[in-house]
Amino acid sequence: MIKTENVVKRFGGLTAVDGVSLEIAKGSITGLVGPNGAGKTTFFNLIAGRFPPTSGKIFLDGEDVTGLTAHDLFSKGLLRTFQIAHEFTHLTVRENLMMVPPDQAGETLWNAWFRPGLVKQQEEEIRAKADEVIAFLNLGRVAEELAGNLSGGQKKLVELGRTMMVDAKVVLLDEVGAGVNRSLLREIGDAILRLNQERGYTFCMIEHDMDFIARLCDPIIVMAEGKFLASGTADQIMADDAVIEAYLGAGRDREAERAAHAAREEAGA
Amino acid sequence: MPDFVDILNALALMSNFVFVPALSYGAQLALGALGITLVFGILRFANFAHGDQMAFGTMVVVLVTFWLQAMGVSIDPVPTAFLALPIGIAVAILMSLGIDRTVYRFYRKRRVAPVIYVVASVGVMYLLNGLTRFVIGPDDQRFADGARFLINAREFKEMTGLAEGITIKVSQGLTVLISIIVVIALFWFLQKTRMGKAMRAYSDNEDLALLSGINPEKVVAVTWIIAATLATIAGTMYGLDKSFKPFTYFQLILPMFAAAIVGGIGQPVGAIVGGFIVAFSEVMLTYAYKKVALYLTHGGWEPEGLLQILSTEYKFAISFLILVVVLLVRPTGIFRGKVIT
Repeated sequence: MIKTENVVKRFGGLTAVDGVSLEIAKGSITGLVGPNGAGKTTFFNLIAGRFPPTSGKIFLDGEDVTGLTAHDLFSKGLLRTFQIAHEFTHLTVRENLMMVPPDQAGETLWNAWFRPGLVKQQEEEIRAKADEVIAFLNLGRVAEELAGNLSGGQKKLVELGRTMMVDAKVVLLDEVGAGVNRSLLREIGDAILRLNQERGYTFCMIEHDMDFIARLCDPIIVMAEGKFLASGTADQIMADDAVIEAYLGAGRDREAERAAHAAREEAGA
Repeated sequence: MPDFVDILNALALMSNFVFVPALSYGAQLALGALGITLVFGILRFANFAHGDQMAFGTMVVVLVTFWLQAMGVSIDPVPTAFLALPIGIAVAILMSLGIDRTVYRFYRKRRVAPVIYVVASVGVMYLLNGLTRFVIGPDDQRFADGARFLINAREFKEMTGLAEGITIKVSQGLTVLISIIVVIALFWFLQKTRMGKAMRAYSDNEDLALLSGINPEKVVAVTWIIAATLATIAGTMYGLDKSFKPFTYFQLILPMFAAAIVGGIGQPVGAIVGGFIVAFSEVMLTYAYKKVALYLTHGGWEPEGLLQILSTEYKFAISFLILVVVLLVRPTGIFRGKVIT
């Protein structure tokens, strides 16, 4: 579904993503893990068209989409959520959802003023769809609430709901579980599984919660220091030496540094 | 002690020289500030070319008005300029969209910092400024015709028997009326229509808007269309009220920015409130209250001075002062601006 070839992204002197080639299979729920600073979010932003890669190529469904903008990719069926939930704070939950479908008649000034019938009819259809999504995600109680007033977890649900307003091919979830309580997280997990099985969505998710990811994802891809490290099932990953090294290595360095610092302090005293 | 008639005379005097002019000037500033605020809310930069976009649109209206007058076309008692207004708006819109296409879109593609847009808009300002003067010249142009007054001072005096008259010019009445209609239409558009909501959404969270079916280029185009329309209407009203002079319109950028910032930049309601605050401050602080004082003291106390707080040459300083005070005391403005709500 998504394929990257030797994708590199540099910010000034920092190489955030360093030659990643990997593939996200159609119909899969692929997990993307790695220690902090591994370049996961940058990699997501590259796929989602937030910014173009410094070099390398990105394919969506076999088509070269390198350098396309987020908006272009959205119209090709690639959607994403954000690590910190994004919402239109001054619109209601329902309006947030209704904002998603493209090319609505009410978008042109002419139709808005002079063809209210057409606009209204289309809006009814989109409203019906939004209500379906609201029911699916159990958001009925807050449908008329301004999205800015929701809790963090509910905002995550709204973001997920956005992806259901159009026929998404791929959905990128950036830490959908961050700041969400356990029971809501289970609900989100259920929704993801249902969307995957019933509607055939392909998911790719960045996640730190290993239980959550082990439950949903196969395969899991591990990144470290901007590079692809390993991929496989949860069990395979957790048994992989390189992965353990990557997660614990950083910790080990810090310990060594602390020891050295202590030694210097002692020498100073 | 002043008697009742004295108080009425003082009120008439104040109405004539303060309330009526400030009301129509405020409405003109409000329409201008609305354009600035919308451009800021959507494109995220302070558009310094707004005053000259206003001048350009108004220039077209003036030229078409002259042509219509020469052809003998008239819609008396309404000023001929109203017939020319749609053409002026259309040309101003085309100009705005053309500038966006050639200048701002280039920077939008590169996602440059806001300050670069601002500097680019200063360039556009000089360009339009030069173009306007090149076409119509730097001089004063008077293009008002039709009936001059809704209420004229003499009739008012005869009707009420007061010593002081109230004059309401047709242009002033129309300014207020048209502003009300335009503002209602704009708010309905922003609150109720898909495009209006899309604009508010885009202003609220651009990243997310790009991941919705919101076409960013369309949002930007509609923003320019609205800004150019409002600017041309405001400019035409101002010109009918006073006169058209390119340099005056260039100077109007200051009170318009002050209005947008006082109200909270990015907030349409703020722009309107701000427009009236700036207009009333300007007029009230530069008005000579000597005669009012005379009435209120029943002629018993004649001040030596004019009782004018600031001379009219300083009226732009008032905008500056308001700007500085707001930025120090409440930088977000009255309505906590930044996004269009």
